[in-house]
Amino acid sequence: MKTKVFSLFIMCLVVQSLMFGQTKDMVLIEGSRYIPLYGRDSTVVEVKDFNMDIYPVSTEEYKQFLKENPKWRKSKVVSLFADKSYLTNWKTDLEPKDSIHLNSPVNYVSWFAAKAYCECQNKRLPTIDEWEYVAMADETTKDARVKPSYNAQILAWYEAPRTKENRIGETPKNAWGVYDLHGLVWEWTLDFNSVLITGESRKDVDKDSNLFCGSAAVNATDLMNYAAFMRYAIRGSLKAKYSMKNLGFRCVQDIKKENK
Amino acid sequence: MNVSKKKHKHVIHINNVSNYLKLTISVLVMLMVVTSCKSDASNNSETALDMYQCPMQCEGDKTYDEAGSCPVCNMDLKQVETASKDIETDEISEESIFNLTSEWHTEEGNKIQLEDLKGKTLVMVMIYTSCKAACPRLVADMRHIEAQIPVENIKNVQFALISIDPNTDTPERLKAFAIENAMDGEQWTFLQGTESGVREFANVLSVKYKEISPIDFSHSNIISVFNPAGELKHQQEGLGVDNKETIEAILQLTQY
Repeated sequence: MKTKVFSLFIMCLVVQSLMFGQTKDMVLIEGSRYIPLYGRDSTVVEVKDFNMDIYPVSTEEYKQFLKENPKWRKSKVVSLFADKSYLTNWKTDLEPKDSIHLNSPVNYVSWFAAKAYCECQNKRLPTIDEWEYVAMADETTKDARVKPSYNAQILAWYEAPRTKENRIGETPKNAWGVYDLHGLVWEWTLDFNSVLITGESRKDVDKDSNLFCGSAAVNATDLMNYAAFMRYAIRGSLKAKYSMKNLGFRCVQDIKKENK
Repeated sequence: MNVSKKKHKHVIHINNVSNYLKLTISVLVMLMVVTSCKSDASNNSETALDMYQCPMQCEGDKTYDEAGSCPVCNMDLKQVETASKDIETDEISEESIFNLTSEWHTEEGNKIQLEDLKGKTLVMVMIYTSCKAACPRLVADMRHIEAQIPVENIKNVQFALISIDPNTDTPERLKAFAIENAMDGEQWTFLQGTESGVREFANVLSVKYKEISPIDFSHSNIISVFNPAGELKHQQEGLGVDNKETIEAILQLTQY
């Protein structure tokens, strides 16, 4: 009797930790202050503690989401929230093309769709500052930006073709235990539209300075971080309803105070 | 003595466990209910009801669900077919900003959704009240545009200024800003949203913004014009540009 009760008790604990721990496939990222390429006042930004998905969202997981949320299927989605190329690599509403592996990262999704996906799971998209903070790490160091090998490795990926067809989790995990921040797809961020660089960012043409208020304050801090430049440039060129073949996403979650 | 105490403890333990189980299960059930995402099934519950009204409107705006005669003047009730009612039951098009379901507070302290602005031509801009550089010029542009619209068209236009700084720009502050800038008329609305609601709305307008210090934002200067169904019709980008095209777009949309 006693053992039965005990095993029940353990089972409950396990179930509970699965339901409430929400650490399944997420890792705790301890916040800190750091200097991103573009920050508030171009200086230090503060990142609070949060949990991050260790993998980007897979095609299979997205399929499950579409089953439960018909309004995000490609035949139903409202054009305000997704352009024509949304899920263009899916042959039907619920079936990706045969060439797509279910364990590849989902792509051709708009910002609105990615946001809805995360919110459905009580999560949210990471901010640029959060994403970049975790992405500074290589396999051993949490801020590897000073290492020449760090940039070289990322740039090697930017040159490698068709990485979006790779499977999730094949790149080495970084010092936080997060996979695939570099080497698979670009990822949506919650505030991607805070990047105020236009298509023509060389300042010889002054036309665009009228578009932005205070844009002189948004300057780059680390001109050597070419890889980060490319990410910010991509973000600056995106619109929320765009969907692109090499753009996926992952979710993060705030740490609730009562868990502490 | 010792033994019975032990037993007692054990019983309590089992009780605790079963209580714990119940609690866990009920919490689990609740969680499932809560976490299952909202579907849109409940959206179309309103069926179009026929409404009848006295043609002389003896009782003001009072309406009846079925045909009959007016209790005051005995005339046959007529079916109501107002245009505004038609618009309300119309489905929202795919391009409409009324697809956004975020909640907003107006400068008068009312809680609204964007859909509540339906039926008028919308002229929208994103600003923040503590802005010293571009926003005063954007606000001036809005006032300039408003001044160019004839009075008979104004009643079909709603000018909305949406704050990108919802933490600072409370309804009270927006109201004060409205009075200070002589923009407190019916045609002006100021909106305070949530952080994620504002971010989402900015994305619909293709407006970019970034907090660069607690009181300062960088942001794009874009004035957007929507038709009464919430579809984007015109965007004016930049500061101090010619407002002519924007005004023309508004005039076109408000000519019924």
